[in-house]
Amino acid sequence: MNKYETLYEALANLDGYIYPNEIALNWDLLIVMYPYVTGLVAGAFILASLNRVFDIKALRPTYEISLLTALSFMLVATMPLITHLGQPWRFYEMLVTPHLTSAMAIFGFVYLWYLMVVLLLEIWFDYRYDMVIWSQQKKGFVKFVYKALTLWVSETSPESRKTDEKIGYFITVVGIPSAFLLHGYVGFIFGSIKANPWWSTVMMPVIFIFSAMVSGIALVMFIYMGVSYLRKQKPDMMALDTIAKYLFYILIIDFTLESLDQIHRIYEADESFDILKILVRGKLFFTFFIMQIGVGVLIPLTTLGFLQFKKPRERIRKIIYLIISICVLVGIFYMRWNVVIGGQLFSKSFYGFTSYKVDLIGGADVWLSVLWFIVPFFILAFLLWLLPPWKKNHEAMH
Amino acid sequence: MPLQVKRLLIVFVLFIGIMLGLKYFLTPESWREYGAYRGNALTEISDKEAKYVQTETCAMCHDSIAELKTQGAHKSIQCEICHGPGYKHIDDENIDMNIPDDNQFCMRCHSKNAASPQSIIKQIDAVEHSEGEECINCHNPHQPWL
Repeated sequence: MNKYETLYEALANLDGYIYPNEIALNWDLLIVMYPYVTGLVAGAFILASLNRVFDIKALRPTYEISLLTALSFMLVATMPLITHLGQPWRFYEMLVTPHLTSAMAIFGFVYLWYLMVVLLLEIWFDYRYDMVIWSQQKKGFVKFVYKALTLWVSETSPESRKTDEKIGYFITVVGIPSAFLLHGYVGFIFGSIKANPWWSTVMMPVIFIFSAMVSGIALVMFIYMGVSYLRKQKPDMMALDTIAKYLFYILIIDFTLESLDQIHRIYEADESFDILKILVRGKLFFTFFIMQIGVGVLIPLTTLGFLQFKKPRERIRKIIYLIISICVLVGIFYMRWNVVIGGQLFSKSFYGFTSYKVDLIGGADVWLSVLWFIVPFFILAFLLWLLPPWKKNHEAMH
Repeated sequence: MPLQVKRLLIVFVLFIGIMLGLKYFLTPESWREYGAYRGNALTEISDKEAKYVQTETCAMCHDSIAELKTQGAHKSIQCEICHGPGYKHIDDENIDMNIPDDNQFCMRCHSKNAASPQSIIKQIDAVEHSEGEECINCHNPHQPWL
């Protein structure tokens, strides 16, 4: 948040008439990262569940990578929020003082439920048998780590594996609404702010869920190709083609919902419409039309649509998938930007604007945002070392 | 019940136990004193140093300017709106206040702007109105219309 000592400094950033508490943005780049990272978690998990619950066998090679990606990003999902707090050392107070009077106070519980009951349990049941085997093969400290991870249960009988499979399946089924809850909740935080016409729409949680799925699927596609490249293995093209197909379908739904929201807004043209029109055509022109819609939707949609009818050679397809996944990831980042920053740029008087410039050199928010995007990749590298999907016993049931 | 599920349940019970323990020990003392927040937060916020000291404080030393200002169109505007926060200056007069004298400063409020109420804030087209002349050559900001 930019703090201005004198009013003149502050006024230099304004256009038109705005209220004093709207001069500086309270939610900066870190709050853009929060729905972005959380969305990646929910999306990656949904991709895993497509394989497990909806039995799409072609996605099997990406199942564990999706889950581990979701976990890596989940572990840092709270960090943008915590580092944005004025008092970061008091973050735990939200968890020890539960109450129902604020939607924001619920996040700790939504987060804990998803992390503890869904992600960790699903990964644990999926890897339990393998961890037992690895604990018998390894030596020293690593052996101890695997033993501890199995909770010192060395059961490998077919019955025990069947139990793992059944419970794992049940958790995935519970996980789907939970993933919707996690990101729908984040959408609700914005959608329920009735004073802000850019945010206040019941469509917001739904749009957030679908955009989360789009970004999570693109991320797993990117990571799967990256991991295959680093391991000098050929990625399974069947899996990549299937991911691309689902990315295409969900992108269509996502774009339709977002368009519906905008068309509804344009047709209703209520008292806030003029200011929003100026906002979108002016301050958000680049981030909304060029990045969110152009790079994030139109390029991927036309390319993936083309691939549904005509399949070029594998090498070309891989390059296309790589570019598309990056385009989608960038586009969804800008979608979060347009929601979070866009919603704070105009005055509730509907007569003026403030401005927000990312401070690339001295701004802690930029460095922290980059950090919270990079750290999950290191966590993922560690998890892939600890729980390598390619060393798993794939005779497992699913 | 399968062994791995039993172990897992023990871990969950332990986790919930730890969370309840943390809740017992870490809940701030003044939590729920008035509502779902730390009651102490109110005094902590009110104890913060006020940076804007208000016109009355300025008038204790700058009485003639304060008197002049009460007669002009800027009478309802606090001194610190133009001169910046005065909390350092009241302790040490060597710390200078901001004295804006460029046209740009005046034009922040007085340039033509359809969003501002014309009847309350006088608005001009700077080029037409002054032809490059400094605003303060004709207008005294403390009493602009006299």
